[in-house]
Amino acid sequence: MITPFEVIETIKMIQEENLDIRTITMGISLRDCSHLDGNISRKKIYEKIVRNAENLVKVGEDIEKEYGIPIKNKRISVTPISLVAESCDEENYIKYAETLDKAAHAIGVNFIGGFSALVHKGFTKGDHKLINSIPEALKNTKLVCSSVNVASTKSGINMDAVEEMGRIIKKTAELTADAGGLGCAKLVVFANAVEDNPFMAGAFHGIGEPECVINVGVSGPGAVKCALEKVKGCDFGIVADTIKKTAFKITRMGQLVAIEASKRLCVQFGIVDLSLAPTPAVGDSVAYILEEMGLEKCGAHGTTAALALLNDAVKKGGVMASSYVGGLSGAFIPVSEDAGMIDAVIKGALTIEKLEAMTCVCSVGLDMIAVPGDTSAETISAIIADESAIGIVNNKTTAVRIIPVPGKHVGDIVQFGGLLGSGPVMAVNKFSSADFIRRGGRIPAPIQSLRN
Amino acid sequence: MRAVITVIGKDKVGIIAGISSILADCGVNILDISQTIMQDIFTMVMLVDISKSCVNFHLLSGKLDEKGVELGVSVRIQHEDIFNSMHRI
Repeated sequence: MITPFEVIETIKMIQEENLDIRTITMGISLRDCSHLDGNISRKKIYEKIVRNAENLVKVGEDIEKEYGIPIKNKRISVTPISLVAESCDEENYIKYAETLDKAAHAIGVNFIGGFSALVHKGFTKGDHKLINSIPEALKNTKLVCSSVNVASTKSGINMDAVEEMGRIIKKTAELTADAGGLGCAKLVVFANAVEDNPFMAGAFHGIGEPECVINVGVSGPGAVKCALEKVKGCDFGIVADTIKKTAFKITRMGQLVAIEASKRLCVQFGIVDLSLAPTPAVGDSVAYILEEMGLEKCGAHGTTAALALLNDAVKKGGVMASSYVGGLSGAFIPVSEDAGMIDAVIKGALTIEKLEAMTCVCSVGLDMIAVPGDTSAETISAIIADESAIGIVNNKTTAVRIIPVPGKHVGDIVQFGGLLGSGPVMAVNKFSSADFIRRGGRIPAPIQSLRN
Repeated sequence: MRAVITVIGKDKVGIIAGISSILADCGVNILDISQTIMQDIFTMVMLVDISKSCVNFHLLSGKLDEKGVELGVSVRIQHEDIFNSMHRI
């Protein structure tokens, strides 16, 4: 039998250390929902989502109750809408976003991702229409998340798309100005986007994915931090081992929930995403883990090394605990969703340049960063270009989720609410990148040998 | 299906009696009990078989919750697999 000590350890991780399953995300293919007539296409989309996911929330809640593990979010990801909507002759795809929103409300999930386009090598007409619809779509909907892949290791960086996304982000912020530019919190620009990511705002159901699939994202920065408190002063071998063991336990829980959910919903199990995803709750912070390793404040010199160790150990521990690992798998560093990161920014320890360095060694990228409302579209594009370059050269996923908050200046605090948290407005480099961005075209794919 | 019931709180007379009377009423068989005092906190871990229970899991969980409130302790029932998956390969 399981020992009382083990039982208490599990309960403590859940109760005191904020261990939870961050999301059960059902991926649904909408490839059979195209139609010349947009109305028919949207009807098919709505019906298919509701039919496949009608029990998702209930099954999630049942598992939560029976196993005593909180499952914070139940979500849907769908085939990039640019692919589905392209056959219809409508000029914009805002109505498609509204249909997704309606379906998400009907089944009770808290986000639906896939108002997306993949343009890393170039645009189709549908891609253009989708991207131009993003600001209105995010203004008119509550639960829809959008993403655009602008670069990949195999094709380089589509700088025309990078330029366009700078303007789209600005426009989205302006249209949702009354909510602090909230629309931008639901919009991710990717390099090397993955097809099976269960996390929002960047989830979409890739074209290589099956008809319907269950992907699970685990979390638990608090549990890792508490485990490290017990090895204060020990060397890095012990630190890495401690993280691996904790990640293993966390991931086993994710695997159990994923298998159980896929069995009950009669849907194929896809992957477990081994991520440390923070929440604004105190004690559920990735920054605190880095500080526990011995840094006075997240952002101090040594932060990148600490994060590299953390990210690597989480993967090593998690990989053995799950039969299929995928998604983004790594530590997330979304500023506004992490109490420790917020504090580090306010104290002046963490800057956008340091965050950029950190994204070289961890999952995703510049995430949930509020910048002054007067930041130019070209500067935002240039930030996206930098992040994309890190992604394609290092063969990893990177992303930018940045919010130029209308009317706000450096040091102001902006509230997004709920899981999206609140964050201080961060300074960006004041010098112009406009001529660089205006060039357009495509930065060629990087060489994959002679690596130095 | 087997489940683990955990009772954590301040030690007092009647905790085991209170919990086990509910289990008996519901047709739940107790397979193993262990009890310790960890850092001055009374901790009881009980392995039970609920396959012949006359009430469903949610109802049983609710009844145990109510009893916990009455006894001033926290009572939790969870499927055994959550612990097996975390602590056993």
